[in-house]
Parts: sequence; structure tokens; C-alpha cells
Amino acid sequence: MAAEDAGAVVVTGEEIGRLFRHESGRAVASLIRRFGDFDLAEETVQDAFEVALERWPREGVPDNPGAWITTVAANKALDRLRRAATLREKTALLEQEAMRAEPEPPPGDQLGEFPDDRLRLIFTCCHPALAPEARIALTLRTLGGLTTPQIARAFLTSESAMAQRLVRAKRKIRDAGIAYEVPGADRMPERLPSVLATLYLIFNEGYLASHSDTDNLIRSELCVEAIRLARVVHSLMPREPEVEGLLALMLIQDSRRDARMADGEMVLLEDQDRSLWDREEIEEGLALVESAASRTRVPGPYLLQAAIAAEHARAPTAADTDWPRIAHLYGWLAAVQPSPVVELNRAVAIAMAEGPERGLELIDRLEGLDSYLHLHAARADLLRRAGEPERARRAYERALELVSNPVERTFIERRISELASP
Amino acid sequence: MKYMLTLIGEESGWQDSSPEEMEQIMSTWGEFEAELRESGAMIAGEALQPSPTATTVRIGEDGERVITDGPFAETKEQVGGFYLLECGDLDEALGWARKIPLRDGAVEVRAVFDTSEWLPKTPAQ
Repeated sequence: MAAEDAGAVVVTGEEIGRLFRHESGRAVASLIRRFGDFDLAEETVQDAFEVALERWPREGVPDNPGAWITTVAANKALDRLRRAATLREKTALLEQEAMRAEPEPPPGDQLGEFPDDRLRLIFTCCHPALAPEARIALTLRTLGGLTTPQIARAFLTSESAMAQRLVRAKRKIRDAGIAYEVPGADRMPERLPSVLATLYLIFNEGYLASHSDTDNLIRSELCVEAIRLARVVHSLMPREPEVEGLLALMLIQDSRRDARMADGEMVLLEDQDRSLWDREEIEEGLALVESAASRTRVPGPYLLQAAIAAEHARAPTAADTDWPRIAHLYGWLAAVQPSPVVELNRAVAIAMAEGPERGLELIDRLEGLDSYLHLHAARADLLRRAGEPERARRAYERALELVSNPVERTFIERRISELASP
Repeated sequence: MKYMLTLIGEESGWQDSSPEEMEQIMSTWGEFEAELRESGAMIAGEALQPSPTATTVRIGEDGERVITDGPFAETKEQVGGFYLLECGDLDEALGWARKIPLRDGAVEVRAVFDTSEWLPKTPAQ
């Protein structure tokens, strides 16, 4: 324990709350491994929080808060189990635990550090057998340390619906026999993508929330949380290029957060004030892309998307953008993850590199995107650039029929009015 | 844990296969089942007669048993067979489900309800 000199330490309840939330995932993960019970882990970590609130302001924050929380919560868990030990099954659990506790320290424990179970936990929470919404909720609850009401608010659903979603997911983990372990190399290709997709969904949920809206504060916090969780996964799987790719992609996207909106209106990438971009995040993102690319022969979808984002981040002005290279990267992306949306993006990049006519030709060949807002918005933009205002206006009007986000609606309406009065 | 793998699909078609195709199908299934048996995971597994041969006993609101000809639900896809497997976890069961040489349809994987989890254990002595 650190900071014997209590007088020198000042921590507020709020600081403890944040620190605790960031450190609690480790404790929850470790307790789930030891006791095999999600609820017991969450409840006793919450108990440990109460103890921290009382003791940390007096005694100071311990050197290793994660280890402190784990120890206190584990003791609370053992207390609870002892108290409930009249029930046979709990006794059996206690015996199991007693047997498991001492003889063989888990790997990684040699330095007397606490083993990190968070990787197990994230693979369990993001198992493809769980619905995507359930993966998101479980990950934020157990690893992110968010409360159920916070998650409900972030996803605009009721607290009771969110609570039920969590209960159902935990029940499925138990009853369907979803293992609490990091999958072996043979299963990694089918298990890692669902972990990465879950983190990216969390990020996007926050990214799509408008930052100017204070009600959406908790939603935009999701970006911070997704990046934090991606860092955790990266620190535990440092040599996995797709993990580096995802973290880089999030960082570079997040670097534009202050430039994306002006006076409540959306600002397109090419019109953004690049001096508002967060240089630190960009540098970190670029370094990750380079490190991953140097070790990868066949890049995966996240690394490719990060490489595309990196091209935009590198360009000092929109006019400096290396569109031929971006078009080339979209070609790769279309090969590893074929989808009409990727083809659309590739067509736009080709248009920017070779002229709008070439892009329009490609877009008109795409199938299955007629009710996709961004197809019509992209067509409209290329028609505008090609000097066809009438056809551009018609395409924007089609986009307007499909738009639901008010910020995007305002943007399209403005474009239409600009076309009407050149 | 025990897992039930239910094989579901459209029934039309395979009876119309040529003898060569039939032989091919049978040998693929033979290889799959040989691997399954060798692994020690297989508890049971059978293919069923086509669904028109099914008879359904439905329990009415008053507890009355009503017998009808045909499967429990008239859907295009029907249960065609099952495996009961002993697996370490869901991933292992899913691994076998992926390997089943069906050409279309679906495999539903469900853990068998384990009564030992909630029934009081009888003392060993």
C-alpha cells in the first residue's frame, strides 16, 4: 500500500469513481475466473468500491489499484460464499475454490503480479453465439465498469430492457457452456473478429452522436471507452495486426472529433479545419499502422481501413490527398471484405483520382444499394463536381427521402439550396 | 457438457440423386461420423424418416391428447436428424456443427439441461 502519509493525498469521490471504473475490469475478470459467477464478481467489485470510497481519501490511493480492488473483492466474495455455505452447492464451490486457490499460480503470475484475466473476459463477452447488442452491453458492464443505467442511456433504451438483456446474456453464457478462456490459435480467426466488431460498434455509437448536444455526452464518452478497451486488448495481444489496425482506425477517426461539426452542422472531411485535428492521436495511429503493416503480408479489414484513414490524416490539405493510393487500398478492402458499400467508397476514391465521370460510371453499376442514403449522397456530390446541377439536385432529393439523422438532413438541405442558387 | 445438435433442412431432393451422387453423399457422411466416433464425443446420432411419416401428439388446453398425421409444424424446413455429443464447451460443439456435411439448411446447437446443477446431490456413501 502506498501513501502512508495520508495528509498529502487528496482524492475526490469523482476521481476515485473514474480510477475505479478503469481498474475494475481487471478485478471483475479475475473474480469470474476464480468463482465462475458473473453476478458475484460484479457485486463484490461494487462492494470494494464502497470500501475504496471510505478508505482511499484517508489512506491514499494504493500503488496498484487494480490489485487492491481484486484482493478486496475476492475477500468479499469468499465472505459471501462462507455466509451462504449452508447451501450444499456453495460449499462445493468453496471447496473447489480452496483447491484452485493455492497450488498452481496461473501463468503470468511469476512476478507476483496479478494475472490478467481481461482477455478471457472479453472473448467470453464477445462470443459470436451472443447477439451483437448483448456483446456490447456485457463488455461495457464487465470490462468498462459502466453501470446498467449508464449503458441504457448510451444506447437510448430503458433501464429495465438493458438489465434484462444483461441477465439473458449471462444466463446464456452459463447454460450454453460458453468457455471462459482465450481461444486457441485454431479458433482465433472466427473469434477475434467478433471482439473487434464489438469494440468498433461501441466506438461508432459514440462517434455518430452529435458532440454539440449535451444530452449526448454519455454517448460520445463511448468513443473514449472503446479506445480504452482497444488499448487493453492491444496491450494483451500486442502482435496482432488487426488489433493494432482497429486501435489506429479509432484513434485517427477520433482525432477529427473537434473538426467534424461547426455550429451544429456536419463538416465533410475535405472542408474540415485540419488544425483542429488531434495531432497526438494521429501520430499514435500512424505509428500503429506502420508497425502492423511491417509485419503483415495480407492485411485484414481493420488494418486496411486504418491505412485509408491514415492517408487522409497525412495530407496537409484536402487537395494533397493521395486518392490513387486510397483507391488502391479500397481495392484491397473489397478483396478481403467484399461489400457494395466498400465498392461505393472505392468508386468515390477513383472519382477523386480520375474524375467524377469515371466514379459515376462505377456507382451506376452497383447493385443492392438503392435505399442506401450514402449512395445517393455520393452520386449527388459527383454530379455536382461534374457540372450537372440538375441531376445532382435530383440525387440529393432522393437522399433526403432516406435520411434520418437530423444533422445529415440539414447538410443535404443546405447542398440543395446551394445548387438552386449558384 | 452434453449438446444436442439438431439437423434442419429442406427434405426434397436427395432421393432424386443419381446412384453415384448417393454414394458420394454416403461416403462423406461416413467419414464425418467416423471422425466423430473416434473423437469420443459421440453419444448418439441418427437420421430420421422424412417428416410426412411423422405423427404428432398435441396436448390440448384441457389436457386432451390429440393425434394428428404429420410433423408438429408445417414448415419448408424440417428436423431431419440429430447428434447427441459430449463436449468441453460450446466452441467444441460448434466445431462439430460446422463440420456436418449438410449441403443446405441449418444445425441448431443446444446444451442439454444439466439437472446436477440444481438438484441436491445425493451423498456418495
